[in-house]
Amino acid sequence: MLQLEEKQIAGRFGPYGGRYIPETLVPAVSSLEAAYAAVHEDPDFWAELEHLHRTYTGRPTALSFARRLTEHCGGAQIFLKREDLAHTGAHKINNALGQGLLAKRMGKRRIIAETGAGQHGVATATVCALLGLECVVYMGVDDMARQRPNVFRMRLLGAEVRGVSSGSRTLKDAINEAMRDWVTNPESYYLLGSALGPHPYPTMVRDFQSVIGREARQQMLDATGALPDVVVACVGGGSNAIGIFHPFLDDAGVALRGVEAGGRGNLLGDHAARFLAASPGVLQGTFSYVLQNDDGQIALTHSVSAGLDYASVGPEHAWLHDTGRASYTSANDDEALDAFQKLAHMEGIIPALETAHAIAEVLKLAPTMRPDQRILVNLSGRGDKDIFTVAEVLKDELRMEM
Amino acid sequence: MSRIAATFARLKAEGRVAFMPFLTVGFPHRESTLELVPALEAAGAAMFELGVPFSDPLADGATIQRASQRALDNGVTFAFCLETVAALRSRGVQAPLLLMGYYNPLLRYGIERACADLAAAGGDGWIIPDLPPEEAAELQQAATNHGLDFIMFATPTTPDARMAEVARLASGFIYCVSLTGVTGARRDLNPELDGFLARVRQHTSLPLVVGFGISTAAHVARVARIADGAIVASALIDHIERLPDDQVVPGAVAFVQNLLA
Repeated sequence: MLQLEEKQIAGRFGPYGGRYIPETLVPAVSSLEAAYAAVHEDPDFWAELEHLHRTYTGRPTALSFARRLTEHCGGAQIFLKREDLAHTGAHKINNALGQGLLAKRMGKRRIIAETGAGQHGVATATVCALLGLECVVYMGVDDMARQRPNVFRMRLLGAEVRGVSSGSRTLKDAINEAMRDWVTNPESYYLLGSALGPHPYPTMVRDFQSVIGREARQQMLDATGALPDVVVACVGGGSNAIGIFHPFLDDAGVALRGVEAGGRGNLLGDHAARFLAASPGVLQGTFSYVLQNDDGQIALTHSVSAGLDYASVGPEHAWLHDTGRASYTSANDDEALDAFQKLAHMEGIIPALETAHAIAEVLKLAPTMRPDQRILVNLSGRGDKDIFTVAEVLKDELRMEM
Repeated sequence: MSRIAATFARLKAEGRVAFMPFLTVGFPHRESTLELVPALEAAGAAMFELGVPFSDPLADGATIQRASQRALDNGVTFAFCLETVAALRSRGVQAPLLLMGYYNPLLRYGIERACADLAAAGGDGWIIPDLPPEEAAELQQAATNHGLDFIMFATPTTPDARMAEVARLASGFIYCVSLTGVTGARRDLNPELDGFLARVRQHTSLPLVVGFGISTAAHVARVARIADGAIVASALIDHIERLPDDQVVPGAVAFVQNLLA
């Protein structure tokens, strides 16, 4: 017999999280929860995932010391966790592969996914090709326009990309449409791409992304003999950040710093800095910080990076924020574009625009720290997908240089 | 006895089922609901599901998404929906009025305050599609304290054990979702609707009201044979959307009369 009262606390991070979904989806989400609980205790599952990470994803990803960036900042030593070197060019593959294997074990044939920047869509399309699964990806039409290379990549990989033209035509609307597909086809598997949505997604996605932090923690110890003083990551939904933060949660001396999208200004609608301006609310299955107006309508957001352009944030980040275990700040569009170029010029790495927000915070933070201190930053993805967007924004400057 | 229970008792005595139109508050125009509800009540509607617009209606198809956005563009707020309920009562509307909406605007308004204000306005209950029973304890308690019903859903995917639990917690009626999908007009009803309703009926003596996809007079007639009420939403909204401004009320009335013919 169902114990509704007991189930109420499952999947909570303090008051955040939960499962706010239509009744039609409850059985599908419950069976997902049960299936994940089963594989969580199954060493064979993790061995298979680890094998694929080693032989397919290219894990462990490197830890790079950013020598020139460190010299430029003149403070703390900067280390880069190179998720850009993972197959498909971002951390998203860690979660897509984990959930793809789970879907396969559950006997699922059809995968639904949403994507913002396209990195999760590409990772999901890749995993579906690898595992022989049908793949439908929902993407806001505005995001399709600014991340064209990823749309083409998904199609090359055999996925069907469906444009979403409702609402803000970005990630939030893609998630709405993916959930509508799932309500209509509850036998399909919804491969959610960030640490968001109804329980068990925030926990499951975090678990699959924690490989980043586990590797980086050991690599820092191996390379420097010590843990970093600060770990920095950009936060959209928050999966790369929770992935690198989580294995450091018990290391009291390690500060955790999340960087949100400051966009083009501080007015509601001009940014995606949830911890600056949001209040608790329910969006897309979970209780967390939500950018909303006084009437509880979800606000539009803006960021130069499609992957950070989202009105809510993973519920575990909300809890880390409230408890003070992690702190959150923002970098605006201009700062991110500047960091994007600096990393390219000084380290030979073109970061994703999302990642550039984390680099922007490092550029502010490192000069305030001592040379014997260390910053670990999650280089969550590479920026090939963004070169057209950046070229558009920077065209005057580039022309001057030519 | 609540207004909802009294209405079902009366209809049962008359050998009728409850016809329940869905109207997005403030659609197509900000004041439209104030004219539509009395006119449709006179045309035979027994209860109303009044939609509180939301920016991200993830259980709704394209029709109600559009109506919701248009209502938001008309400046409709949660408070305005409560005012609309109060205004309908002051205009003499007798039928039960339920507010249907997503959880966040209600949460933002405040659970206790929302229930107190809906009760004071003369409303009868909540239908919240993204609030399953596991998350609903606080709202359900507040609703009960204020004499409101919190309507629960049964769907074709709901397993029997869960259906029994939903039935145990439910009040007012059970909202039976006819199909596995989002709201929207459909050409045909789910062929397995009879079996689904029989399954729900095993677990409850509450009235069963069927919604999602009911679009034609034939659909309404078929649901009337096997359930206690029928909700028509997207088909009505689709129709209203196509009407010229000065034809909204008579056009909607004619549509409902045709559905009930």
